[in-house]
Amino acid sequence: MPSDVEQWKDELYGTDIRDEIERFAEEGWESIPEDERDAWFERFKWFGLYHQRAGQESYFMMRIGPPGGVLEPGQFRRIVEIADEFSRGPAENPEFGNGWIDVTTRQAIQLHWIRLEDVPEIYERLEDAGLSTVQACGDSWRNIVGCPVAGKDKHEHVDAGALANELHDTYKQNEAHSNLPRKWKVSVTGCDEGCGQGDINDLAFEPAEKEIDVSGEAGGSSDESDGGETVTGYNVRVGGGLSRNEPRFARNIDVFATPEQAVEVAGGLSALFRDHGDREDRYNARIKFLVDEWGPEKVRETLQEEYVDFELETAGEDLRESYSYNAGEADGKHDHVGVHEQVDGNYYVGLNVLVGRIGIDDAYELADAAEEYGSGEVRLTQRQNIIFTDVAEENLDDLRAEPVLEEYSPDPHPFQRGSIACTGTEFCSLSIVETKNRQVRFARWLKANVDLPDGVEDFHIHLSGCTASCAQPQIADVSLRGMKTRKNGEPVEALDIGLGGGLGEEPQFASWVTERVPADEVPGAIANLLENFADARESESQSFREFVAERDDEELAELVEPEETSYEDPYMHNTKRTWYPYAEDDELDSSPAPARADGTPIASDD
Amino acid sequence: MTIAVRTLDDGAWISVNDSRQVSVSDVWTLSRGVFCDCEPAYVLLEAFVDVSVDGSIVFADAVGQCLECGTRDPIDRLPVGRVVDGEFRPYDPEGVQWRVEPESERASRE
Repeated sequence: MPSDVEQWKDELYGTDIRDEIERFAEEGWESIPEDERDAWFERFKWFGLYHQRAGQESYFMMRIGPPGGVLEPGQFRRIVEIADEFSRGPAENPEFGNGWIDVTTRQAIQLHWIRLEDVPEIYERLEDAGLSTVQACGDSWRNIVGCPVAGKDKHEHVDAGALANELHDTYKQNEAHSNLPRKWKVSVTGCDEGCGQGDINDLAFEPAEKEIDVSGEAGGSSDESDGGETVTGYNVRVGGGLSRNEPRFARNIDVFATPEQAVEVAGGLSALFRDHGDREDRYNARIKFLVDEWGPEKVRETLQEEYVDFELETAGEDLRESYSYNAGEADGKHDHVGVHEQVDGNYYVGLNVLVGRIGIDDAYELADAAEEYGSGEVRLTQRQNIIFTDVAEENLDDLRAEPVLEEYSPDPHPFQRGSIACTGTEFCSLSIVETKNRQVRFARWLKANVDLPDGVEDFHIHLSGCTASCAQPQIADVSLRGMKTRKNGEPVEALDIGLGGGLGEEPQFASWVTERVPADEVPGAIANLLENFADARESESQSFREFVAERDDEELAELVEPEETSYEDPYMHNTKRTWYPYAEDDELDSSPAPARADGTPIASDD
Repeated sequence: MTIAVRTLDDGAWISVNDSRQVSVSDVWTLSRGVFCDCEPAYVLLEAFVDVSVDGSIVFADAVGQCLECGTRDPIDRLPVGRVVDGEFRPYDPEGVQWRVEPESERASRE
């Protein structure tokens, strides 16, 4: 029997939702019938609106998804202006104040405390700047991720940006692909560093080349030889994802596609998922489970027989051997932070954004700097950072001297550079623990108290509040996942600790070696782990990931020695049982929500 | 009166009459033997997989983990609250030891 969500989607889904949002916005939040709220909130996701968690009723998270994370000149500023005017909450966050933008691990931006009544005005202002929230959430094509420096990068093999944009234009707001069994995450990588992180996506296009018959459908750049034509394009992988304690790397379905064919292949696979995915059990709905059941061979056969009208090529020669992005043991660059020369002789400057959050005032200063020293374009990365592109060499020193770059640095400390955190219990329904403020405090304490072993310049710590894995914890050196434990007789927020994850040619999920560590003992555990690593590793050239790979879980668990330190954690209580974890009176009963458009609370019936 | 129950947000909440009422991330206290051998067992609910109503009692099927011994298992028919005069009253997960209805009793009743 189809789930409630499937029934709601059958009744109304896709582009038709816009009119309903506008109607409810006009009439006010209270006009949503109480017995229809679950259905409407589920549908609103398709237009990028996610109702915030219990205690924050009537407030929404809004997600804006630029394909490939590319914000054209003026777009970043427009988002900051919208956040300034519409994204302010009833209480302050002690680390970030009141008003910010969040850069996500899917190269999107999230705003919080959005009121439904303001949404039409926000949509208008976004669209005026060429931006959209369409399908940023919900059961369909999510924001297409890819190389954030596509078109500028010296490492580029094929233009991932062009394909990401074409997929966006073809399949967003496309009725045939609007209602899928579950979310559909697509990645396009064009470089030899693997920064699209295709392995953890439902559908991944990865750079490759192949000699094909010249009479075939060639698309990318090519070199003719006696046997045919060597064409650049993409190999295709399907069924990756991290959520629900069921992580999978995308499986190779032995298909090579030219850039033109890639659009059709993507549509075919989306349609295959639409028609064959599990609509009765949402926990089994992602395509990774269909690939488990069918195997990659049957996926390929079905794609060929039912969903594309040309002969599929077998996989070409890929570039995975050189992948270094978030790869742990590899040489090369692990992220886009720092100053890097573009193909045109200008530079792109990657700035670290700790846990992806930028306060409004800082965001204005960053927008100013992007416009003054570069083209004004701001790009978003899957490590929650931002990139200014097109900075002339003569402007680099002045840009570096901008005060705002002290915090958003192109040369940050490794503990800050490596930190990623999801939204957490501050707003998210799914999370078990507080995350962003905690990760900021972790990074601050580690920077002040722990020396990284010699030779370690990159060290990734990802904190995810639950098994949904939005912070991609399984592909970090140290993986942290929200949990609970009991300490001194009381339930407290805790974290599971995993080690040794990363991408690269041979991706590896972290192994969960120590579970239920009280959150206030985690910094001590990381400090002790690093000390033990420094003492026990073979040589200074051995990476942390290699060190972990050599040991079994039991041995690794002994190297993690949780302990209390000078680190203090103000979020040990059940932060989910608050209306806002940082409010002076944080009890659920003290919540000012739901509220009308002007912020006045709506009294409950009793 | 009809009571509408469902799981929401990827199993993070139980919704009763279109209002999110019971959340994962609470620690429930369970009697020994119904989940693991700990006495009592402090069990973190990690996800709800189904929800049902029997009379006025709302039951959840969930996946949980014992905070002491680490056992991770499904929990069938955990009573999470009841509906009185149309209003849902959640049980306190921390205050009371809840006994999950044994399979044998459920089978005989069905």
